[in-house]
Formats: sequence, C-alpha cells, structure tokens
Amino acid sequence: MKFIKSLSFGAKIGLIGFLVFALSAVFAPIIAPYGETEIVGEGWEPVSAQFLFGTDQLGRDLLTRLIYGARNTFFIAGAATVISFCMGTFLGFFAAVMKGWIDQLLSRFNDMMMSFPTLIFALVVLSVLPANIITLILVMAVLDSTRVYRLSRAVAVDIEVMEFVEAARLRGEKQMWVIFREILPNALSPLFAEFGLRFAFAVLFLATLSFLGLGIQPPEADWGSMVKENKDGIVFGIPAALIPAAAIATLTICVNLVVDSILQRTTSLKGGRG
Amino acid sequence: MLSNPLIRMIAQRLALGIVLLFAISLVIFIGTEMLPGDVAQSILGQSATEQSLANLREELGLNQPAYVRYLDWVGGILQGDLGTSLTNKQDIGSMIGTRLGNTFFLASVAAVMSVPLAVLLGMIAVHYKDGFIDKAISMSTLGAISLPEFFIGYLLIYFVAVQLGWFPSNALVHSGMSLMEKLYAVALPATTLTLVVLAHMMRMTRAAILNVMSSAYVETAELKGLSSFKIIFHHAFPNAIAPIITVVMLNLGYLVVGVVVVEVIFVYPGMGQLMVDHVIKRDMPVVQACGLIFAATYILLNMTADILAIIANPRLRHPK
Repeated sequence: MKFIKSLSFGAKIGLIGFLVFALSAVFAPIIAPYGETEIVGEGWEPVSAQFLFGTDQLGRDLLTRLIYGARNTFFIAGAATVISFCMGTFLGFFAAVMKGWIDQLLSRFNDMMMSFPTLIFALVVLSVLPANIITLILVMAVLDSTRVYRLSRAVAVDIEVMEFVEAARLRGEKQMWVIFREILPNALSPLFAEFGLRFAFAVLFLATLSFLGLGIQPPEADWGSMVKENKDGIVFGIPAALIPAAAIATLTICVNLVVDSILQRTTSLKGGRG
Repeated sequence: MLSNPLIRMIAQRLALGIVLLFAISLVIFIGTEMLPGDVAQSILGQSATEQSLANLREELGLNQPAYVRYLDWVGGILQGDLGTSLTNKQDIGSMIGTRLGNTFFLASVAAVMSVPLAVLLGMIAVHYKDGFIDKAISMSTLGAISLPEFFIGYLLIYFVAVQLGWFPSNALVHSGMSLMEKLYAVALPATTLTLVVLAHMMRMTRAAILNVMSSAYVETAELKGLSSFKIIFHHAFPNAIAPIITVVMLNLGYLVVGVVVVEVIFVYPGMGQLMVDHVIKRDMPVVQACGLIFAATYILLNMTADILAIIANPRLRHPK
C-alpha cells in the first residue's frame, strides 16, 4: 500500500492499465466472447455491438483474439525476462565477486555480444533453430541477459566493497553466500526497475519477431502476428491491424510509466533501447 | 607518427574495430552452428528424403569440420565473394548489391531529416526549460521507446497514405527513378524512422547542453547580458558537441536495425526485407551475409562515434 501511494499520478494509471492486461490474460477463457480460433463472421467486419473491435481477415472476433493474445504475450515475454534476469544477475554478481580474469572474460564477451544489434542476431539464429515457443523464449532470454549482466555487475561492484561484505568474507562465508545473502538483497531496488523496463522491451521484441513472421506461429493468437495477418487490410482502409498494435503500445507505455516513476526516486539507471 | 596521442588513439580504435568485426563474424557463424542435431534436417524439415539431406549437407560443406567452413566463409568474404543462395542458387553479392544501396538511401534520408531536427528541438527545449515544450518533449520520449515501429508505420499508412492519399503506401523504388521520385517514394518510411529515433536524440541533446549550462563561462555570458539563444548557440552548444555526436551516431546505428522492420512494413526493396524473407526460407548463407553486413555497419558507426568524440574533446586524449 505504501508503495502504491508513493507512485505518481501517471504511474498509477500505468499500474491500473498493466493490471487490466494481466487480468484479461489470466481469465482469457472466461472474459473472451468467442473461442480463440473460432470463425464467427465474415472477414474484416466493421465494429458493431456483436463484435466490439470488428473481425479479422478470416472472420474471427478481434477482441477475443486480443484477449488470448495477451496470454501469449505475457507468458512468453514474462518467461524470457525471468530467465534473462536469473542468468544475467547471477553471472553479473559472479563476475563482480570473482574479479580478475573471470570478470574480464565474462565482461569482454558481454561487450562483444552487446556490440551488435539484438534483432540481427536473433534473425541469424532463428534461421536455423526450429520454430517453437521454447526456442523463442530462450533466444530472447539469452540476448536480453547481456543488458541485465551489465547493470547487475555495475551494481554489485559497488556493493562488493561495502564493510558488511568484507565482514561476511572474514567470517569465512563462501562466494555463493556473498552473492545471494549479501549482494542480492541490497541490489533489488535498481533491479526491480530494470525488470519492468526489460519486460517492456521483451513485449516489443516479441511483437517485432511475430510481425516479421518468426515469433508465435498461427493459428495461435499473438499481438504481433495479428498485426501481420491484418496488415493487408490497411491499404483498403480497414484499421484492423492498428488495434493489436495499439494494444502493444498501451501495455509498454503502462509499464514504462511505472518504471519511470520508480527510477525517478532511485537513480537514473535507464538502459538504452535495443 | 605514433607519438601523436590523437593518431595513436584513433589507430587503437580502428584496430579494436577490426578485431570486433572478426569476433562478430565468428559469433554469427557459431550462431548458425549451435543447433543440437542436423542443420540440413532443420532447414528441410522432417519430411526430407535421405538423398536431399545428403545433397544439402554436401552443398553447405557440412561434411567438413566447422573451422574449415568458417575459414572458407571469411576468406571468401575478404575476397568479395559472399557465397551462393541455397534457394535460388544466385550469387549473394549480386542479390545484395542494389538492395544495400536502397537501404543506405532510406537510412540517409531518415538521418538527414532527424539529426538537425533533433538538435534544434533539443536547443529549444533548453531555452524553454521546464516549460510546456520541454514537458512535451519529455513525454514524447516515453512514447517513442514504447511504440513499436509498425504501429507508427501503419498509422502513417492508414491516415496519410490511405485516408489523405498524399504519399504511396508501398515504397517501391527502382533504378530508373529520378532522385525526386525516389524521395517521394521513401517519404513515409523515412518519417517513420525519424519518429523512432527523434525523441531519444532530442532528449540527449537537451541533457548534454543542460550539463554545460551550469558552467562558469555560461554564467559569465549571462552576466554580460547575452540573449539566451546566443548563449546556447555560441557558448553551450560547441562545448556539448562531443556527447551530441555520440548520441547521433548511436541512433544512426539504431536506424540500421529499425530499417529491417520499416522495410517490411512499406515493402521496400532493401536489405532488411531480403534478410527477413530468407530467414523464413531458412536460406542460411544469405542470412549470414546480411547479418554480417548489418553488424559491420553498426560497428563502423559506433567506432566513428568513438573517434569523433576523441577529436571533439581533447580531454579524452589523455586518459588517466
């Protein structure tokens, strides 16, 4: 409660928006008016009382697809972000406590991975990997973990020189204790803000991959692939593709509003795009 | 000659860039090798016959050890030979040729539109610090990092191309077109790219100038009674140029990535479209070649940013 009160007005709106999306993802089968792949009308029917957002190119209800799409988006982007955080923070903290050549090796390798665009690397890797959800999550997680690594190493290096870490070392604690019991609890606040930011990027990245036809495969609903499926209607003046695109934009704006408000209270640890 | 610290540092950066390029070529190569199991099988799918699998393995040279294939590939590229496509047996170099030109054309138009605009708006934001324009610029940054490129792109197509009919929705260019015709064709994709990078550049320009605005010489200029725009333009901006160059270069690097999606949206015959098409067809040699060219461009831009920053700021020449 104290946390919510401390948020700015914009951040509260963001939080509410995020919860609306999250709840519709969880309760998709209950809320959705039709089935996920059920064809209920003509292709690209306009907005009406029966179809609140109209229908898509095959005559499936757009609102239903949007709600089920929230599910896939949340699950995949969320799973990728969680995995990338587990990997990134562990390796980042590990490099910070080990120092020396292990740190050098990990950090230089990380610099190299960050020196060229994520999307290009994802395209290269996805050209040979089998197209399924597990591959997608892992590719996204590994590529994203480079950014998490850089932040968590920077945070951990500052904490590692504190007296209480030195005290733990003198007590004879092992490295794992130092990582999980000394550094982790003190690094949570900046990492939490970064988590929101990375989640927003994961949503955008997944949408981009799906839009390019490399993400979630049809007939499953997903916002990025819905844009791809309906894009041909745009030139005929049918705005169906804009609706899932707007959903992606709204979700990322909501997350960023909350993150911005948290970051303004802590320090400016905002990472770059891509 | 190497006694000159400036030349020495530039040489260092160049050498680092070359090392990085080789490292990246290795990463791209390993990226397509790390598949558990058979690459040929995954390209052709489960239904492939034994014979076609064997043929593809032979063609990709999969019967040779990985390092031999890597050396072959890199050696070929150094001699200007990018290999042949799996799907249509064409020479990749000639496939890429005109498309690379198209992509650079689009990216340059976007750069020419966005860089001056971003710097100008950044200065205006400093002038009206904490005012309405400044707030609007901060808000637009939030929008720009949150909106997917295809949302901006399709909004433009829907309203500007379809409803108003001002510009074509498909950016088709070919070699017979004059420069004006080409510029007209790429107007919407270039605007999309500009909107994607503009906000970030603007905000960083603002931050860089504000950083300088607190120095003593700016205060002196103020006490001399100079106008606010004159201070920003003559005193603050020249001293903020190094960070601004860095930001501009980084965003031009971002254009290289953004171009992939934007080309698909506007069906523009460029490298990004080519790469995405061949990822879907699982045509590995084409994807590797495109990936390497994109990565090389990105690294080159970052290296240029480093070098320009060293030239612009003498303090960076003597690291402690």
